[in-house]
Amino acid sequence: MEYTLLILLFPLTSFIVLGLFSNRLSHKAAGIIGTGALLAMTLLSFYAAWDYFTTPKAEGFYQTLIPFNTPWLHMGSHLHIDMGILLDPISVMMLVVISTVSLMVHIYSLGYMKGEKGFQRYYGFLSLFTFSMMGLVLSTNIFQMYIFWELVGVSSYLLIGFYYTRPEAVAASKKAFIVTRFADMFFLIGILVLSYYTQTFDFGTLMSGNETIFQHALSTRFLGASALVWAMALIFIGGAGKSALFPLHIWLPDAMEGPTPVSALIHAATMVVAGVYLVARLFPIYVAFTPEVLEGIAWVGAFTSMFAAVIAIVQTDIKRVLAFSTISQIGFMMVALGVSKLEGHEGLGYMASLFHLFTHAMFKALLFLGAGSIIHAVHSNEMERMGGLRTYMPVTHLTFLVACLSIAGIPPFSGFFSKDEILAAIYGYHTGLGIWMTVAAGFTAFYIFRLYFSIFWGKQTQYAHTPHESPRSMTFPLIFLAIPTLLGGFIPFGHFVTANRSVYTIHPDWPIMFISVLVSLTAIFIARKMYQYAGTKTGEASSGLKGFQKAAYHRFYVDEVYLFITKKILFNGIARAFAWFDHHVVDGSINGLASVTDWVSIKIRGFQSGEIQWYAYIFLFGTLLITALFLFM
Amino acid sequence: MNTMGDFWVVNAGAAVPVVAYQLVSLILFFAGIYGFLTRRNIMMMLISVELILNAADINFAVFNRYLYPGQMDGMFFALFTIAIAACETAVAIAIIINVYRNFGNADVDNLKKMKG
Repeated sequence: MEYTLLILLFPLTSFIVLGLFSNRLSHKAAGIIGTGALLAMTLLSFYAAWDYFTTPKAEGFYQTLIPFNTPWLHMGSHLHIDMGILLDPISVMMLVVISTVSLMVHIYSLGYMKGEKGFQRYYGFLSLFTFSMMGLVLSTNIFQMYIFWELVGVSSYLLIGFYYTRPEAVAASKKAFIVTRFADMFFLIGILVLSYYTQTFDFGTLMSGNETIFQHALSTRFLGASALVWAMALIFIGGAGKSALFPLHIWLPDAMEGPTPVSALIHAATMVVAGVYLVARLFPIYVAFTPEVLEGIAWVGAFTSMFAAVIAIVQTDIKRVLAFSTISQIGFMMVALGVSKLEGHEGLGYMASLFHLFTHAMFKALLFLGAGSIIHAVHSNEMERMGGLRTYMPVTHLTFLVACLSIAGIPPFSGFFSKDEILAAIYGYHTGLGIWMTVAAGFTAFYIFRLYFSIFWGKQTQYAHTPHESPRSMTFPLIFLAIPTLLGGFIPFGHFVTANRSVYTIHPDWPIMFISVLVSLTAIFIARKMYQYAGTKTGEASSGLKGFQKAAYHRFYVDEVYLFITKKILFNGIARAFAWFDHHVVDGSINGLASVTDWVSIKIRGFQSGEIQWYAYIFLFGTLLITALFLFM
Repeated sequence: MNTMGDFWVVNAGAAVPVVAYQLVSLILFFAGIYGFLTRRNIMMMLISVELILNAADINFAVFNRYLYPGQMDGMFFALFTIAIAACETAVAIAIIINVYRNFGNADVDNLKKMKG
C-alpha cells in the first residue's frame, strides 16, 4: 500500500504550487488546483480505507501496516526519529474523516471566499493544513506526530489570522497559537520523558505489549508518581490544548475570527479532535500502565463538556455557540475514552469516542458550513440580526435542521447512535457521571435548538437586502455532508474501530436510549416554546438566574483570570524585574562601555589638532625625554 | 702610497678639531628646530628642515672622517641624504604651491583645515 504516500504528496504539492505562484495564478486556477489535489487525495483515501479494511485480518484482529518508513534523524545510538506512514483502524478512519470534510470545505470555499483578496493564499494554507493533518494521523512515531502537530498549529494560526487587517483576527490568531503552544510545551516534555525512559519514539514498539520497556519508567518515581504517569499526563496536556479542554479552551471561541469554512474544517471537525486522536493512539499505554491518568482525562472531559454547554446556552454570536458546542462535544469524546477499558464490552467507550469523533466531524462541519451560508446571506454573526430565514434559504434550513437533530441525539440521526454509545459506556463506569453527562446532553439539545429557532423561526427581521440561498458550490457540500449525518449511525462502527481491534457488535442499551431521547426532546420542546414564536432573546432570564446568566455570558471569566495571571502577575511582577535587569545591567554595561570610550576619545582629541608645529613640539620633547632617560638611567 | 684618502686624513686631522665641526652642526640643527617651530610660513619651515638635514650631513661626514678614515660609508650617506632632501623639497614645494593657490598665502595654520 505504498500509494498512501501520495495521500500526503497531493496536498503538499498543491501547497507548494499555490504558495510559490500565488501572484501569477488567477482565483479560478488556484481554486481548481487546490480542490483538484484534494479530490485526488480524497479518492485515494477512500480507496486506502477500502483496501485496508478488506485486507484479511490476522486471527480476527486488524493489523498495523507500515507501508513506508525511513529513519530521518539519529539521536544517540538507540534513539532515532523516523518518517513514515502507519495504517491502523483509527488512522484509516481519520483519513476518511479529514479528506471528506476537507474536500467539502474546499468546494464550499469556492463560493464562500469568491472574490476575496488573498484567495490563492487561502487555498495554499488550506492545502498546508490538510497535509499536516494527514501527516499527523499517519505518523509512525510520536516525534513525527509532534512535528505535524506543530505544523497543524501553525496552519491554524495562519488561517485564523487570514483577515490580517482586522485587529481582532490578528489577536485571535496569536491567542490560539500561544495557548496551544503553551500546551505543546508540556507535550514535548512528555515525549522527552517517555522516550528517555523507554528509548523509543516508535508507536509499534510502545504498543507491542512488551512490558519490559516500561520497567524503567515505572520504577522511577518523581513527586509521588512514576515517570510514566508524568509522561502520559504531560502528553495529555498537549492534547488538551489542541482539543480545547478546560482550562485551555480559551483560544477556540476566539478562533472563530477566521473565515467560516476554516472554522468548519480546523476548529470543529479535524484539528481540535487531534487530542482525542492522540489519547486514542496511546490508549494501550494509558489503560495498561497509567489508569489514574485515564481517570483524570474522564473528569476533565466531563467538566469541560458541561461547562462549555452552559456557556453555549447564552452566547449570541452563532459561531461562538458552535465553538462552545465543539468544546462540549470533545469533552464527551474524552470522557468516553477515559472510562474505557481494553477488552470486549468494557472497551465500548473507546469505540464510542471514535464513533462520536466521526459523526461529530460530519454534523459539526455541516453546522459550521450552514452557519457560513447564513452569515454569507445576512452579513452578520449575531443571532439578534436573524430570524425567519427558513423561507429564504430552504436548503440551508433543511441541512442545518438535520445537523441539529443529529447533535441533539434524536434517532435515527448519526449523533444519536454515537452519543448513546458514549452514555452507555459512562453509565457502565459510574452512574453519577452518567447522569451528569445526560444533563450535558440535554443542554446540548437546548442550545442547538435555541440557535435553530432563533435563526430560522422567531420574529421576522427586517434585512437590509433580502437574504437569498447560497450558490451551488456552497449548497452542494451541505447536502453532501447531510448524507453521513443522516445515515452515519447505521455504519457498524464496532466492526472497524475497537480498543482491541477485534470485531465488536453494538448492542443497544434501551433504558439509556429512552432516557437520553426523552431528555433531548424535552430540551427541544422548551427551546421551541421559548424561541420559536415569542422571539425571547438572550437578554431575558428569570431573575434568580440573572447573575449566573451574566457569568455564563462572560464565559465564567476564565479569560479574565488568564489576563490577570499574565498581565498582572507575569508582566507586572516577574517580567518587570527581568526588564529592570535587562535595562540596567545588560544594557547598562554596554552603554557604560560606550560612554567611557566616548569620554576618553573626547579627552584625547586635543592631541589631534592638525597643527604641525604643535606635533613637532611634542615630538621634540618626546625625543629629548627618551634621550634623557637613556642618558641618566 | 699617497692615495686620495690618505691625503684627506692627514691634512684634515691636524687643521680643525672635531668639536668645531660639532659646534657648527649643533648650531645649524637648533637653528633649524627653532625655525621649524616658530615660523608660520611653510616655505620658511621647509628651509628649516633643510638646515636640520644639513646638520645631520655634517655629522655623517665628520664622524666618518674621524672614526673610519679608510672607509666612505658616511660620505655616501651624506650624498644620499642630499638626494632625498632634493626630492622631498620638490614634493613639498608642489604642496606649498597648491596651498598658496587655495588659500592665497602659505600659512601653516591653513593646513589645520585638512584634518578629518
